[in-house]
Amino acid sequence: MTEIQTLVKDLAQSHGRSRESLLPILQGIIEKDRFISEYAMIEVAKELDISTAEVYGTASFYSFLDTEKRGKYVIRVCKTITCAMKGKNQILLALEDTLKINLGETTPDKKFSILETNCLGWCHKAPAMLINDDVYTELTPEMVRQIIEDYRKREA
Amino acid sequence: MAKIINLTINGIAVSIEEDKTILEAAEKLNIKIPTLCYHKDLCVAGNCRVCVVEQVGSKKLLAACANPVHEGMEIETNSLIVRNSRKHIIELLLSEHNADCTKCYKNGNCELQELSSEYKITNSDFIDLVPSKNYQIDTLSPSLVKDDSKCIRCQRCVRTCSEIQHLSALSVAHKGDHMKISSFFDKPMNEVVCSNCGQCIIHCPTGALVERNYIEEVWDALADPDLHVVVQTAPAVRVGLGEEFDSYGSRVTGKMVSALKRLGFNSVLDTDFTADLTILEEGTELLTRLKKSIVGKENGVQLPMFTSCSPGWIKFIEHSFPEYLDNLSTCKSPQQMFGALAKTYYAQSRGIESDKIVSVSIMPCTAKKYEADRPEMRDSGYKDVDYVLTTRELAIMIKQAGIEFNNLDDEKFDKLMGNSSGAAVIFGSTGGVMEAALRTAYELVTGREVPFKNLEIIPVRGMKGIKEASVLIENPVDDWKFLDGVELKCAIAHGLENAHQLLTDIKAKKAEYHFVEVMACPGGCLGGGGQPIPTSPEIRAKRMKAIYDEDKDKPIRKSHENPEVAQLYEEFLGKPLGEKSHKLLHTHYTPRDRY
Amino acid sequence: MGKKQLRRMDLIFANDEDFRDILKQTLARPNEEIIEDMISSGLKGRGGAGFPTGLKWKLTAEEKAKNKYIICNADEGEPGTFKDREILTQVSYKVLAGMAVCAKITGAKEGFIYLRGEYKFLVPLLNQELDKFHSACSELGLKFNVKIFMGSGAYICGEESALMESMEGRRGEPRNKPPFPTVKGYRGCPTVINNVETLAHTFTIFKYGPRKFRDLGVQDSRGSKLFSVSGDTPTPGIYELELGMTVQDFVDDFGDGDTKAVQVGGASGFLVPRKRFKETAIGYQGKLTGISLPTGGSMMIYNSSRSMYNVLNNYLDFFQEESCGQCTPCRVGCQQLVKGVDAVKRGDKPTAYLDKLLKLTDTMKFTAKCGLGQSVANSFQSIVENFREEMIY
Repeated sequence: MTEIQTLVKDLAQSHGRSRESLLPILQGIIEKDRFISEYAMIEVAKELDISTAEVYGTASFYSFLDTEKRGKYVIRVCKTITCAMKGKNQILLALEDTLKINLGETTPDKKFSILETNCLGWCHKAPAMLINDDVYTELTPEMVRQIIEDYRKREA
Repeated sequence: MAKIINLTINGIAVSIEEDKTILEAAEKLNIKIPTLCYHKDLCVAGNCRVCVVEQVGSKKLLAACANPVHEGMEIETNSLIVRNSRKHIIELLLSEHNADCTKCYKNGNCELQELSSEYKITNSDFIDLVPSKNYQIDTLSPSLVKDDSKCIRCQRCVRTCSEIQHLSALSVAHKGDHMKISSFFDKPMNEVVCSNCGQCIIHCPTGALVERNYIEEVWDALADPDLHVVVQTAPAVRVGLGEEFDSYGSRVTGKMVSALKRLGFNSVLDTDFTADLTILEEGTELLTRLKKSIVGKENGVQLPMFTSCSPGWIKFIEHSFPEYLDNLSTCKSPQQMFGALAKTYYAQSRGIESDKIVSVSIMPCTAKKYEADRPEMRDSGYKDVDYVLTTRELAIMIKQAGIEFNNLDDEKFDKLMGNSSGAAVIFGSTGGVMEAALRTAYELVTGREVPFKNLEIIPVRGMKGIKEASVLIENPVDDWKFLDGVELKCAIAHGLENAHQLLTDIKAKKAEYHFVEVMACPGGCLGGGGQPIPTSPEIRAKRMKAIYDEDKDKPIRKSHENPEVAQLYEEFLGKPLGEKSHKLLHTHYTPRDRY
Repeated sequence: MGKKQLRRMDLIFANDEDFRDILKQTLARPNEEIIEDMISSGLKGRGGAGFPTGLKWKLTAEEKAKNKYIICNADEGEPGTFKDREILTQVSYKVLAGMAVCAKITGAKEGFIYLRGEYKFLVPLLNQELDKFHSACSELGLKFNVKIFMGSGAYICGEESALMESMEGRRGEPRNKPPFPTVKGYRGCPTVINNVETLAHTFTIFKYGPRKFRDLGVQDSRGSKLFSVSGDTPTPGIYELELGMTVQDFVDDFGDGDTKAVQVGGASGFLVPRKRFKETAIGYQGKLTGISLPTGGSMMIYNSSRSMYNVLNNYLDFFQEESCGQCTPCRVGCQQLVKGVDAVKRGDKPTAYLDKLLKLTDTMKFTAKCGLGQSVANSFQSIVENFREEMIY
């Protein structure tokens, strides 16, 4: 069995094989791989006995269920109104500058991806971003550089 | 008894059962409310919003298709706010739609175009969203073309593929402005679990899903004096074609033959001929399987035996139940038997070189296009069937040729492969193959006619999703003595959702049969994906009645009594399941991925 | 600045050590009595739509069904709203107590918290709280189990029927209504779905009785309410205030002295321009004097330095992306609005095109399938009508 097959089987085992388990299973794949590949979706379809098109249709509905390959750390910068007002673009520039990639891209070492997202619910502490599930608020460009530095150290 | 609800629509009182919708109440009053996403074959979606109506006293409009009636409701279907809103919605749909109507294959048969014309959307200045959409056209399937730029996202195809066909080859993907109808990862339709049945096409209100057409190729062949173009017509075409000329529920066999001759086909023949042939081959195959199983007590004899006439069903079972491929009859479909014979038997008999024959078929079906393209369908040494046209494509050609169809005189099929029995005609309906097979098999085994009045085997007829029937075999002739007292159990399913249900039951051993007929489309071929648009339960019922009427009027009602078939065996094939039959008329199947 | 201060309430976040006792007492009371209290308290849904909570519980209780469900809607996605996160962080036990009582009244055995993906970091904490809650339930003899269901980044799943579709493993596309969730909700069964804050308020009513709640606020808008304050304010944060205040009072308290407009109720709410601060009150639509605004509690403050064109653009972008895409008016309407205001701004369309777009938003309001599509009109109309000059070239 491939790694993905094992992962999907385990997820199906723990969440069950009804249609209702689709989201938790897809979320489990994201948690591990940060994206859901075509192959992974086929495995999910087999486990739940639903069509692959439906798995794809459902996954592609949810912003956090990426169907494109992403880095180990997915950075999502909030672009909704208050964050936009409080300097979101500067945060984005700082990220792009530090990681040497553009919005929507992934670093060649597959460690970081930069994305934008809608309201994260931290408007009183704007601007905000998520790195995977962790929240960073009241950001400044300097902080962003430091945060990325910390992640890089952790990876080294 | 359901409670009766009283309401008014445009000031007119109406009473209707409580579970009915505003749309149904309006229908009762002959008030037309426009719809797009609504279809009688499908569950209610309520997403296009074209059917909005005003409920007096409410600030919001209601979707008539999705809202149940309430006591005392006052509905307005044509108030200012309704009209303005409806117009806006049509304008919005047009802004997202490649509205290049004059260049559209569905020009003249498009529900959006009709609505736009009805509401005179002539000066909409909404911004054209099409250029920003990067729409792609998928032309890789031999059966259908998917053009997202014409799609209005009503999801009728998605519901069709899931509710009627249990395939869900199409789903809705993404959200917001990126929302679209998509296959798995938006792959071309020829790479996914599509059965090519074309049900999505006949349920599509616009030109987003259409058949891959071969009209020009056929015109080219007809224009080439060196070629001999033969045409075969499937049984369901003759009860559908009339609709293209505004005549519903009519049988137009003679006019169809006449039109085909005027179009220039060198020989106008009948798929019904090979339907009769199929019965002899398939009936013999069934009896052989029964013999092996009952007398030989052989293991590995696959029962029930499944029919193999419907290429949508074949593709479905290859994907969904590959473990049952040995249960499929090895018989090719009548179309492919015809194709293989056209370039061998017919060519020899007529003294024409096989490579000069172009074989065209007129089918109620889009899956037949795929079937003809299968690599295994070249047993004649050539492509057995060169071009498959749907009923709709034939109608287009008739119109292009300036033929006034309704004024044509009836003509007869040409000889050699043009004669057929009533049993062949009913191949066009769900239950028809079963009935035809029983008429022949029973008589073969017992020497007596099947014990139903006028040969009408009522239990296998009708629109019920899964039908069951059994025939007790008593006092068989000597050759079939082992069948004495055997109750031949049969089942019939139409629509792949029902087929899926039936196979699931068989797999779970909840049901045991000897012989199972499956047709991929609702109602059988008469409701096929190549038939005239629109379709509805009422339209299919009319076609069904016409099919059985045609059977009743035929001088020969049983396949084994078709003299041309006897002649074929005598002059060419030898006997059913013989060597030549085996080479030309039988095939094998390919397991495919289910997911 | 010597600003006038609105009265700060401290009911929701007050730490009630006696929560087990309150739960025990409440569970011991007859259902009718609790429902009566809920109705007379005047509590209405705090997610923004404002349906009377007691009535919702009553309707579900009256349904006969084998299975019923209680769902806590924690898919807080409205721009400018962040109060539910704080409730779940600080006093989730109150929310759970509300669900427990509702379960007892309706006969539900299972409950869910639908938590937005953006708040996934809350899961460990909530699981701890759930453990405590489940042991309290079994101690009190209540068979009721609550699970967390995670969202995955879709604003529309805050719409109750979309949320249920999502829980059933499908795309979060809103359903046709009727039937309403109280009749046919999750898994086709009668379901109570309440916002996080609504459930937290029920605890206040259990503890102090309906009177104390009812005495707060005005007329149709009773009780206190959490407000998420953000934008151009020196004091962003979460505040519990009485319903019924005017926007002027609010601006006096929270503004930076240069407030140009306040967006009440998030992107799907209304923009109130300075000239209407005095006459506009915050509460459910009813008999308040002047204009009253329903709200999920998002208050975004804009000062003179802000371009209302950019604000509108940001909202419309949001809606264009977050629309589920199934119904025509919302899916295509949002795209037309985004492209339309841009074309007017660039001069590619005449300024009169704004009027066509205003009419279009009317159509969206009348015909969209769910609240999202219907409410795009709110911000669009209030911004374009009040700041038309900022929209044109």
